[in-house]
Amino acid sequence: MKLPPKNLVCLWEGEKLIKIVKRDQPSRAIFFLTPVLAIFLTLVAGGLIFYILGFKPFEALKFFFIVPIADMYGFSELLLKATPLCLIAIGLSFCFKSNNWNIGAEGQLTFGAIVSGGVALLFYNQEGFYILPIVLLAGAVGGMLYASIPAILKTYFNTNEILVSLMLVYVSKLILDYLVVGPWSNPEGFNFPETRQFSESARLPLLFEGLRIHAGIFLALAAVIISWFIFYKTYLGFQMKVSGFSLKTARYAGYKGKKMIILVFLISGACAGLAGVGEITGPIGQLHREVSPDYGFTAIIVAFLGRLHPVGIIFASLVVAITYLGAETAQIFMQIPKYTGQVFQGMILFFLLASDYLLFFKFKFIGSKK
Amino acid sequence: MHKIFTRSLVSSLVFLFTLTVSAVAKDVKAAFVYIGPTGDHGWTYQHDVGRKAVEAAGFKTTYVEGVPESADAERVLRQLANSGHDVIFTTSFGYMNPTNKVAKEFPNVKFEHATGYKREHPNVSTYAARFYEGRTILGTIAGTMTKSNVIGYVASFPIPEVIRGINSFTLAAQKVNPNIKTKIVWAFTWYDPGKEAEAAKALIDQGADVIAQHTDSTAIVQIAEKAGVYAFGQASDMDKFAPKAVLTSVENNWGPYYVDRVKAVANGTWNQKDTWHGIGDGMVVISDLDSALPADLKAKVKKLEADLASGKVHSFTGPIYDQKGNLMVADGKTADDGMLAGMMTYVKGVEGDIPN
Repeated sequence: MKLPPKNLVCLWEGEKLIKIVKRDQPSRAIFFLTPVLAIFLTLVAGGLIFYILGFKPFEALKFFFIVPIADMYGFSELLLKATPLCLIAIGLSFCFKSNNWNIGAEGQLTFGAIVSGGVALLFYNQEGFYILPIVLLAGAVGGMLYASIPAILKTYFNTNEILVSLMLVYVSKLILDYLVVGPWSNPEGFNFPETRQFSESARLPLLFEGLRIHAGIFLALAAVIISWFIFYKTYLGFQMKVSGFSLKTARYAGYKGKKMIILVFLISGACAGLAGVGEITGPIGQLHREVSPDYGFTAIIVAFLGRLHPVGIIFASLVVAITYLGAETAQIFMQIPKYTGQVFQGMILFFLLASDYLLFFKFKFIGSKK
Repeated sequence: MHKIFTRSLVSSLVFLFTLTVSAVAKDVKAAFVYIGPTGDHGWTYQHDVGRKAVEAAGFKTTYVEGVPESADAERVLRQLANSGHDVIFTTSFGYMNPTNKVAKEFPNVKFEHATGYKREHPNVSTYAARFYEGRTILGTIAGTMTKSNVIGYVASFPIPEVIRGINSFTLAAQKVNPNIKTKIVWAFTWYDPGKEAEAAKALIDQGADVIAQHTDSTAIVQIAEKAGVYAFGQASDMDKFAPKAVLTSVENNWGPYYVDRVKAVANGTWNQKDTWHGIGDGMVVISDLDSALPADLKAKVKKLEADLASGKVHSFTGPIYDQKGNLMVADGKTADDGMLAGMMTYVKGVEGDIPN
């Protein structure tokens, strides 16, 4: 019996054959289509889950994905939520593109918030146009400092950056806890774990009266543009791409790997740190124990859903942001447990990874056997 | 003519519609914002029991669970205020600033914030329970039941609410057993079964044979059950999770307050208040006492409960000394609410320092 060639898998042996064939090259069209497919499958599966739980699937999906952004306020909340996700994911894409697995953006965000929050508290009750830029800079520097730890340990001591960056997340949260409970807690605050409110000069300006969307969105947009330029128009972007495909090739080409590792971590940390400042000087206005609802982790989903492409990340951050808002609306109006939002985020990632199979394989119909 | 008729018909229809709408608006709707899942069997669970009492009293309710104290809280509050809710209960300390911010924008909606102190607008009230009264009872039981004279205490965060509980517990235990020591482990969480279990194990390893907790999960009582030591339920009656270990529980009973406040909104008699209720008002409830308690202790506890309720006994009656031996409350005096609200020093007999 003649065996089929190795790259042929017979799906069904009968009159007609459908075969799964390995592609010679990953399909570019499918590369950008799979996120759309993943979102579609998530909606179908989500509708099915709602149906099983006894809710009307279309009504539930409407409350999840349409009602939250049906008015100006809702839309501005969507942008408010997407801003940190987009910013962090852009930073992460520098790391992920070049094979550096920075899982600790949440920690870099937290540390950025700590450093910038400390600076903002130094300017407590002071006014001046120069305060906000200093605070923002402090956030970026804080994030960079914190990201440099896994980067330096990786380049000089060969440690695993996944473990180091992840563990540092918990360290950063403990530092924040310590500061808001102890030395930085509001002296008039009955020892509750929060700092004073920052002065107006340390707050990001609001863009519209009555809406919470703030100037931080321009930071995210700037990050999108700059990253696009770096990825596709610079030598650094090319180096990152080559290192992403094959570290050996990169080494053979004589790229200075260590420098690049540290650089992508610093960029990533700066973005996460800026996202942290954006939260505390934007909607929150003080430091307390819960600066971020795990934006740093959710942004990993955003980065991959956006295919590590700056424009893709914009769309992905909006999609993921709406799962947060939708979960709240669905609970308020339909009493659907709010945690379904996390189920949706998980499903998006799952379907994305699953449909990546199509990148490398295709179905082939091979007519009749005879 | 025809046009005029249609117009009057339309206008009367509009009039009727407004009538029904205003009639509907009198049906008071209450909303609840929770920090955790309703199934935590602790803090949030008990607030949800209170919400169900409001439903049973004939009012419509809505709740949103797992709302982080980040920038998200404000959006949830605004959405609830915007969607026809007349009174909103925000049941975690971290909602304090968002509650006051949103209250300013919705002067016709009443806001009730649990455990906070800011009432910046006339439509914001605050409420909390004197849980330390319940801890006086737990301390009395622990001091009597311990054989090793080492009592473990799993604490959440070093804030006055928790320090007050530790002190009240220790003072009561010392009263029945001057030799006891209270060992504290800080879990730095309100709800994390894994961390809480580890804290409990660490205390048992250090010789504690009674464990008290100021965290919300049932992990600690379950560890105590396995290790064969005693424990107390927190927030809800946790007896069913550890029937042998749990001697009693201090239950948070929000229902009566919630029903009262929602009714006040319906009657138009709602006013700004700062409520701090204890055993006497039924906001703090002591669960059934376990059969392991000797009869004389049971009687003593029952009497103490009645005396705390009537105000005959106060949890913080002098003389009270701090760890260094300085007098905190003079002989015969009781600590006032201001002192209780800002309490950040341990009393004598508590081991270790407050983390800072």
